[in-house]
Amino acid sequence: MALYSEKVMDHFRNPRNVGVIEDADGVGEVGNAKCGDIMKMYLKIDGDTISDVKFETFGCGSAIASSSMATELIKGKPVSEALKLTNKAVAEALDGLPAHKLHCSVLAEEAIKKALQDYYEKNGIDYDRSQFPQCESCEHCEL
Amino acid sequence: MANCTIYLDNAATTKMSRTAIEAMLPYFDGVYGNPSSLHSAGQAAAEALQNARERIAACLGCTAREITFTSGGSEADNQAIRSAAALGARQGKKRIISTKIEHHAVLHTLKRLEQEGFSVTLLDVDENGLVTPQQVEDAITDDTCLVTVMYANNEIGTIEPITEIGAVCRRKGVLFHTDAVQAVGHVRVDVTAQKIDLLSLSAHKFHGPKGVGVLFARKGVALSNLIEGGAQERGKRAGTENLPAIMGMAAALEEACASMAENAKKLTALRDKLIDGLFAIPHAVLNGDREKRLPGNVNFCFEGIEGESLLLLLDDKGIAASSGSACTSGSLDPSHVLLAIGRVHDVAHGSLRLTLSGETTEEDVDYTVQAVREVVSYLRGMSPVWRDLQSGKREFIIK
Repeated sequence: MALYSEKVMDHFRNPRNVGVIEDADGVGEVGNAKCGDIMKMYLKIDGDTISDVKFETFGCGSAIASSSMATELIKGKPVSEALKLTNKAVAEALDGLPAHKLHCSVLAEEAIKKALQDYYEKNGIDYDRSQFPQCESCEHCEL
Repeated sequence: MANCTIYLDNAATTKMSRTAIEAMLPYFDGVYGNPSSLHSAGQAAAEALQNARERIAACLGCTAREITFTSGGSEADNQAIRSAAALGARQGKKRIISTKIEHHAVLHTLKRLEQEGFSVTLLDVDENGLVTPQQVEDAITDDTCLVTVMYANNEIGTIEPITEIGAVCRRKGVLFHTDAVQAVGHVRVDVTAQKIDLLSLSAHKFHGPKGVGVLFARKGVALSNLIEGGAQERGKRAGTENLPAIMGMAAALEEACASMAENAKKLTALRDKLIDGLFAIPHAVLNGDREKRLPGNVNFCFEGIEGESLLLLLDDKGIAASSGSACTSGSLDPSHVLLAIGRVHDVAHGSLRLTLSGETTEEDVDYTVQAVREVVSYLRGMSPVWRDLQSGKREFIIK
């Protein structure tokens, strides 16, 4: 199918890091079943490093590929670097996404941020709220 | 991509039949004259055109003069509705009655007419996608100029009570159009017996060529032009006729009608086997009426998964299918048909349409059932929605 790049298809067909971390340090879920995509990220954090990451996704091919690519981009990286992951970086790493599928990469970025926020909250770590998206303000799911 | 494709997207389009292809060939470099030309080459083409018109008319139960060739089903729908609207407007009748599950060629034309001052009533359908003749009768007002109800739905395969609706419309003196794109060549259609005034069909849905169709308009129902120009099609549709395609369409329709009973019997058996096989998947629901259904249509929703990823993985297994999920429609909303029969968004996203043809075998059905089971179970395994459904955090919608 020419709709997606080879890279998207590779990550869709062979998604990396699928699953659940039972004792995760941070969990983030974004999206809405009504809109057709939900992403859930599980993070294991050792010191300042993301030592493990797993995801579960309900969604289209590009949603699954974006989740998979996003986990690859942050695994083993410092938390500060994961916080800087942008949807653009995810889409670029996948050799691009069709315009109407770009929101999938946005969801991947937001799921990671939400999981990190959860980690901060759980551990009473102070953080800058302004760098996290407000899911309620997202217009993707206006129904 | 698997090299052995099981093509189960025949509602989208079909493979051309050998007979139809061969019927076209003489009209590319043999009889290639313009049917409007006076010389012998032109007149040979005009004769062929008339012959195709008569054969198609015979299949539909009308006369050749009532057949107008178009570029396909969408053009026929547009012209049928616009013609009836123009006739109505002359008498001050500016209301059109239709249903919520029509094809976009109908719905978008109606939307445009609304902007031009017409009132449109879209009837609800029941949980199987059926509209009743009584609903139509109750909706008809003194200012109604047209009822347009599709013969069979392209997504869920439900066959509407066209004969009964035709009777209601004739009795009430209201024009009746039916978009029969999915029905012609698959189920028996007789425009005279069924009191149909306007009917649209498309050749590529019954193994004919793409880009050609028919608008049947009963004698006395004046058509308005969508395309102005030469005097082709009795002045109602300008442009040199696509003779090879028209010849292919006539051959394909004759073939489909000749083998209809036998084909329908075979397809219905395969369809039911496929439906039964897919019902074995937990939390799956059939969309559309189980009985009043096109012989080759299967449409399911599987809870906890999304349709596009299902399609892509089935494609990897060599199965060509279709879905009504938002991701495959290019919009944020899933299919209007699935929403109209009461499927909520969450469930409508997980739809799968499989449409069979005469080439589908029992082995194809067995393989497909197995493949769909595997893919659904794999996708559910990575779905956070499925996890929540299983743990009881979220309630199942499909029991």
